[in-house]
Amino acid sequence: MDLAFFGVQLLNGLQYGLLLFLIASGLTLIFGIMGIINLAHGAMYMIGAYLVWDLTMRLGNFWLAIVIAIPIAVALGLVIERLFLDTLYKRDHLYQVLLTFGLILVINEAQRIIWGGDVHSVAIPAPFDASLQLTDNLQYSVYRLFVMGVCLALAGVIYWVIRHTRLGIIIRAGAVNRDMVEGLGINVRTLFTLIFSVGVALTAFAGMIAAPLTSIAPGMGDSILITCFVVVVIGGIGSIKGAFWGAILIGMATTFGSVLIPSLASMVIYLIMAAVLLVKPRGLFA
Amino acid sequence: MKNFKKTALASVLGTATLMSAFGAMADNHPVKVGLMLPYSGTYTALGEAITNGLKLAIEQNGGQLGGRDVEYVQLDSEANPSKAPQNMSRLVKGDGVDFVIGPVHSGVAMGMLRVAKQSGAITIIPNAGLEAATNQLCMPNVFRTSFSMWQNSFPMGKVAYERGHREVVTITWDYAGGKEDVAGFKEAFEAEGGEIVEEILVPFPSTEFQSYLTQIASIDPDAVYTFFAGGGGVSFVRDYAAAGLKESIPLLGSGFLTEGNITAMDGAGEGVLTTMHYAETLDSEANRSFVSAYQDAYGVAPDTYSVQGYDTGAMLVQALEAVGGNTEDRDALIEALAQVELESPRGLMSFSNSHHPIQNVYLREIRDGQHEVVGTAVEQLEVPDDACQM
Repeated sequence: MDLAFFGVQLLNGLQYGLLLFLIASGLTLIFGIMGIINLAHGAMYMIGAYLVWDLTMRLGNFWLAIVIAIPIAVALGLVIERLFLDTLYKRDHLYQVLLTFGLILVINEAQRIIWGGDVHSVAIPAPFDASLQLTDNLQYSVYRLFVMGVCLALAGVIYWVIRHTRLGIIIRAGAVNRDMVEGLGINVRTLFTLIFSVGVALTAFAGMIAAPLTSIAPGMGDSILITCFVVVVIGGIGSIKGAFWGAILIGMATTFGSVLIPSLASMVIYLIMAAVLLVKPRGLFA
Repeated sequence: MKNFKKTALASVLGTATLMSAFGAMADNHPVKVGLMLPYSGTYTALGEAITNGLKLAIEQNGGQLGGRDVEYVQLDSEANPSKAPQNMSRLVKGDGVDFVIGPVHSGVAMGMLRVAKQSGAITIIPNAGLEAATNQLCMPNVFRTSFSMWQNSFPMGKVAYERGHREVVTITWDYAGGKEDVAGFKEAFEAEGGEIVEEILVPFPSTEFQSYLTQIASIDPDAVYTFFAGGGGVSFVRDYAAAGLKESIPLLGSGFLTEGNITAMDGAGEGVLTTMHYAETLDSEANRSFVSAYQDAYGVAPDTYSVQGYDTGAMLVQALEAVGGNTEDRDALIEALAQVELESPRGLMSFSNSHHPIQNVYLREIRDGQHEVVGTAVEQLEVPDDACQM
């Protein structure tokens, strides 16, 4: 493996990892603080992609589509939290798993009814529809670099909110001990609604900015969901920092694993998860 | 004498009327055609295209088969393999259909064919590409109007070599369909003297291709042969173009890579070469009139799946004509189906001993968002279903 090849793969791993982080960050927030195992998280990633495709078709502008799609995603999060999850907080995890699994089926079917079974794509928007010549015969889309930048910036914002704001203190405290936070007179109810909506918006946004890089197809969220759970578990449930490093680790492992040890490619992330859990049963940053 | 003539004429006419009335009574009940296709889920579009094609062919025959009316029993297979045996039994035993048309999905086919074996129900497969259906499972009552993976990928091996490609990388999903497809290409390409320098298998259903594209660029082969379908096909072709590989390393595939996907590829598919048993641009009288009739009937352009449905319908029309609408004598009916020869939109089509179509496989290049026919890759290709010679 020459240096250029290695460098490009590093870039691929980083880009995939950063996108995974964006999806996993919402999952870990919801999981860690609210104690909700949200299986419908991947379905919201798909909804983000479809929303942006639909709106881009109607409006002819990708950026405008994103601006409109974000509040729709937040609203969807609000509705789901208030309508369905609200009654389940005091119950066993099994109820949430059943409910959110049901949501996957409903969302997937709703998607098919609204948008049909065809595969769609969104063109790479200006001004990023260019590419860099990396090696003699390999180019790299500038849009991919842009997505990396956006993910990094969002990671920075999330980190800053959690580390340096009052809301962040409450969130961190909530992840460790929910009863204590409630005992301090914080309105956990509102906090939960906020966190769930933000979590859903993050994954839907990931679907939106990933839309020009991927094919928009029914069920596209289902496969990414499992990878994101692996990321969250490796990083430590509820830890944003954990989600970040977990995502980078899985991004790199998937990229290099698929090329260097192809026979283990589909297993490599689970092997890493097993190894991490053996050494640190609660995840890297829990 | 005049009276006699009149009476004779009247009695002859009367008898004829009676006889025709009797004949009509004997076959009064319509032919029951059971459709076991996906009408919900990912494969909905395929199920609908096949149904539309089938009904169009029968409509063009006055809505009749062998002089009898037709009743359709449509059942949603949901592309769900676990429900397949139960669904098939319902059609055959519950509804008592004369024919079962289906399925789309190879997994469902396995379940269906188990019941077809036990019940002897005449089954015509209008899509699923698994090799076993007409080979290892080998049943006289099972026909296929579509393809097997091998039939669409094998011809590309020869084409690739003739185009001067000597070292090729293959890439597909790590699942049965993908591996069967690539094996067909490899067989032909290596027989010509070409070399597969790397066989890449991507975990199914991942569409994260960047690391593989980087790998392909560093190997720098003469061409890449690929099998992906649906969303994976769109992603792969777009990523391949975005990585700038399309200019330096030609992309080849079996037809499913681009079938139904060209629009979603958004121009990235231009120049991609595929082999397939149909192309919407085929320049023949049969295809032109099919395309316009389909467009008129359903308001959309037909695709390969529509043709597979249409030929299934045309096959029923021809076979039932041959047996005079008699569906009781099953052996004669199966024989009539096996003898069917169609001037199909896809070209001449007949059946091999294993009941698999013998058909042309075309070389197609995407130009201006259409599959342009570059030539016929192999004429009247028969699949070597060695385990099944009926």
